Amino acid sequence: MALVIVDYNAGNLRSVQRACAAAEVDARVESDPEALLRASRIIFPGVGNAQSAMETLKASGLDQALTAAVHKGIPVLGICVGAQLILDSSEESTIPCLGWIAGKTRRFRLADPSLKVPHIGWNEVKAQKAHPLLGGLQAGDEFYFVHSYYPDPADKAHVYAAADYGGEFCCALGKDNLFATQFHPEKSGRFGLELLSRFSRWEGTC
Amino acid sequence: MLSKRVVACLDVRDGKLAKSVKFVDTKDIGDPIEKAAQYYAQGLDELVFYDITASSERRSIMLDVVEAVAARIFIPFSVGGGIASVEDATRLRWAGAEKINVNSQAVKNPTLITQIARAIGAQSTVLSMDVLRVAATAQIPSGFEIVIQGGRTPTGLDALAWAKRGEELGAGELVVNSIDADGTREGYDIPLTRAIAESVSIPVVASGGAGKPEHLYDVLTEGKADAALVASMVHYGHTTVGELKQHLHDRGVKVRMRY
Repeated sequence: MALVIVDYNAGNLRSVQRACAAAEVDARVESDPEALLRASRIIFPGVGNAQSAMETLKASGLDQALTAAVHKGIPVLGICVGAQLILDSSEESTIPCLGWIAGKTRRFRLADPSLKVPHIGWNEVKAQKAHPLLGGLQAGDEFYFVHSYYPDPADKAHVYAAADYGGEFCCALGKDNLFATQFHPEKSGRFGLELLSRFSRWEGTC
Repeated sequence: MLSKRVVACLDVRDGKLAKSVKFVDTKDIGDPIEKAAQYYAQGLDELVFYDITASSERRSIMLDVVEAVAARIFIPFSVGGGIASVEDATRLRWAGAEKINVNSQAVKNPTLITQIARAIGAQSTVLSMDVLRVAATAQIPSGFEIVIQGGRTPTGLDALAWAKRGEELGAGELVVNSIDADGTREGYDIPLTRAIAESVSIPVVASGGAGKPEHLYDVLTEGKADAALVASMVHYGHTTVGELKQHLHDRGVKVRMRY
């Protein structure tokens, strides 16, 4: 029983693995669907295009294994595209997403022409609701973002944190044993490592 | 609201830290990995490693540096210097670089920008440009010319046109380095930075000339830059990253203050 980082060619898993090591979290990279169901916890990373990420997950059977793991109650942490695919659909994908939380991933449509898309850089993550993984979060804490799309859960009760970029958007969402961040804990300095460390101790309850 | 970034640039030669003044006569000033870790602890937002190694072993030396840095610091960092192929870019990404900077090689072969952007994403593809002030001509109407090979070779390209072209080709960010200001510590080239920031819709990192905290303030406000790159002023201990950010914060610039 180990903490497993899902490997589906989605790019940033090595940086997630290195950040886990720095946070003294023992993590293993796995691409075998069977192994996910034996994991103690699962980190579901992702960068790049949502549709190609979904296609890769489906081709490898990892989509079904991940869904089974979520239903089994294994704590899961989605990161970036991993936080987008957990909704029903994405504006970046013509095929349905994993649908663990009702909602849609949307592209930024910003009225202010001086705001650039992708949204890249450090931005304040503001807690909307208490969650064990955001336990240490204080006003002014910033995390690193790189994205053009953001998760928009149908039921705002699933929104745990928001950030402001031409208006507020959901940047952390969750439900039961599932938690996901649009920002990158692995690139967010001390606060990001703290979140990974908390995840390694999290039992999957809010 | 997105914070403005303070970015430190480390010139690396043969795996060691060097700082160039007007791009000639570089001198080693320490270990890049230790410096990176030190700035990370002081709240630096991002790092750029620029490989100025001339030898043929450059590639493997830099990969080792990148691997070692990626194990120590958990903020984004980019790598540039002599990147001539998609393979160079993907190797450095795999080793831990968040972004890849192309410069002279992109001038010689502009499709390199597009190829790298397709392989690693526009958000990770940075076009660095070295710019020299020249007399305005029909070919260079802005009076800002792109130069390559450490500022020694003119290209006949207008910097504003090249910046726009770089964005169209797939660059997700620009580093605009003024050769005139580089190493002077007398301030960034504000008109240059502003002209480029106003002609593209991707983030602009201002580079060259930082000597005092006020210079960062000027380029992040009047110069419309999204990020300010610093080198010798922090490498030699004239000031610290923390002092720079405090100065910006005190004057109302949104920067990351908790780290």
